Amino acid sequence: MKFVLRRLGFYLMAAWASITLAFLIPRLMPGDPASAMFARFKGQLKPEAMDALRQAFGFSDAPLHQQYLSYLGHVLRGDLGVSISHFPASVNTVIGGALFWTLLLAGVSVVLSFGVGTALGVISAWKRDGKLDRFAPPALIFLGAFPYFWLAMLALFLLGFELGWFPLGHAYADHLTPSFSWGFIGSVLKHAILPALTIVVATLGGWMLSMRNTMISVLGEDYISLAQAKGLHSRRVMWTYAARNALLPNVTGFGMALGFVLSGSLLTEIIFSYPGQGYLLIQAVRSLDYPLIQGLFLTITLAVLGANWLVDIAYAWLDPRT
Amino acid sequence: MRGLLASKQAVVGLSLLLLFALIAIVGPYLVQDPTAFAGVPLEPPSGAHWLGTNGQGQDVLAQTIAGARMSLLVGFAVGFGVVAIGAVVGTAAGFFGGFIDDALSLLINVFLIMPGLPLMVVIAAYLPPGPVTIAWVLIFTGWAWGARVIRSQTLALRNKDFVSAAIVCGEHPLRIILWEILPNQSGLLVSSFIGATIYAIGAQVGLEFLGLGDVSQVTWGTNLYWASNDAALLTGSWWTFVPTGLCVALVGLALGLLNNAIDELSNPRLKRENAYERRMREAGVTSGGATAVLLKRRPSVPPAVDAVEALGGE
Repeated sequence: MKFVLRRLGFYLMAAWASITLAFLIPRLMPGDPASAMFARFKGQLKPEAMDALRQAFGFSDAPLHQQYLSYLGHVLRGDLGVSISHFPASVNTVIGGALFWTLLLAGVSVVLSFGVGTALGVISAWKRDGKLDRFAPPALIFLGAFPYFWLAMLALFLLGFELGWFPLGHAYADHLTPSFSWGFIGSVLKHAILPALTIVVATLGGWMLSMRNTMISVLGEDYISLAQAKGLHSRRVMWTYAARNALLPNVTGFGMALGFVLSGSLLTEIIFSYPGQGYLLIQAVRSLDYPLIQGLFLTITLAVLGANWLVDIAYAWLDPRT
Repeated sequence: MRGLLASKQAVVGLSLLLLFALIAIVGPYLVQDPTAFAGVPLEPPSGAHWLGTNGQGQDVLAQTIAGARMSLLVGFAVGFGVVAIGAVVGTAAGFFGGFIDDALSLLINVFLIMPGLPLMVVIAAYLPPGPVTIAWVLIFTGWAWGARVIRSQTLALRNKDFVSAAIVCGEHPLRIILWEILPNQSGLLVSSFIGATIYAIGAQVGLEFLGLGDVSQVTWGTNLYWASNDAALLTGSWWTFVPTGLCVALVGLALGLLNNAIDELSNPRLKRENAYERRMREAGVTSGGATAVLLKRRPSVPPAVDAVEALGGE
């Protein structure tokens, strides 16, 4: 429990650091994004909206620490300002719409990839030099060497464009309106399979290899020999004795990977035009929608921090020593 | 080094890497101007254009070869920068301990947990585009992992007798770090460097693909950016994005093989036995004194056999 609380302190610290970073980045950069932003949108923005923007992001002539305090106040109240490219929608509304799709796609893929990859790693190490162990690791290293988005492009080209098995983009068919019906859910699934598959294939290898290598080290321990000498069923030795103890590094990696998959899903979403956070982020960057960029960066970071904290709790449960 | 060359993985990796280094250094002099208008846009591979032309009618082969230079340069420079910062921060944290360690570890952990790609996209969006920007962004977002690994290794080394001896002798901490600790981490530093370079090449290609680089430069990332921008997928012109992707993958593979070989050298347990060694072991024959100790016993061998081997071997 103490461990979990101490980590909570760390995550609060990290959250503060990323909020501060989101504040500092536009101000440390050459040029002045605030005036660039106003110059660019002067014709389109109403004065009230401009004032709201200024307020929310503290883009004013006040001293830096005052700007920072007013910015912190707004962020703590959950006020991320008004989006420029989606004017007059607030950043919160715009992000809220995209968050669901990212969580659906990235969440399912990372859990699937972690589960399948780890299980394959256990089996691969247990049957050392077996068929799986001989062919899967080199093949996966080879696959892992390709840039992820390139594999995704290739998959989209071959399976989506040439063979026509999968739709070429978006989260559901254009003619459908979101509803809780079989037709709509089916369409969502159909649109999610290929992006999810590319994430799983691209990340599977990492899980498998790290699990395999830790498992091989654990299999050399004396207590495994003891368990075998006792005549325990080999499946029991493999899963409850060896795999459980070899799992810890992978669980740590799982926490880190939540960050990676959120960023990995950024590229996925862009290639498959999937309307999640990543797709939104790159659109915000292209249209110089600074409030939206900052808001997205904050939500992505906070989501990663929260997920990591949950993984920490799982870690404390798996390893009673911490 | 001799041990490294004995490994097939390392030899394949090194040769591939040298080949690409050669392409990056002399290649651009051998091909035509990659930005020149060379033929009809989106022409499939032919005798005149071995890899066809892209959406702007530029020669894809020339672009792929010319792109190697900037991509590899940025990749290795970032790899070096990441390891240099990681080494300084990691050894300082591990060696001095106490408050310095607490502060630096916090910094490392905060950077580790921040999602790299969104942070990169955000920073790169504000800065003027170009390879130098990309390199700084990648170093800023990528140094923490190496620092963490090097810190834990420094912690282990700090308790070794020769370091304690140097401290007792009153040696300057900087001297101890430079002459006692860093040389003993050379394997780790090389492996971190390779890992960081793989990361840098992939991330750089990714950022440029998103259009956050200088799109007028010829690099592997911008090649893919233009392929995607010119709707290569919808026109079915695979030759505009397959060669560059393959090159990135081959460089990544070469570095990965090299890293694997180094890992196996420092942790022999990971090494795959070849058929001969396995047959010998199954027959109960060990090849020499060293192997009985180095090759960790496997669970299928009853402990008694190992004990006998160890006795006989030593």
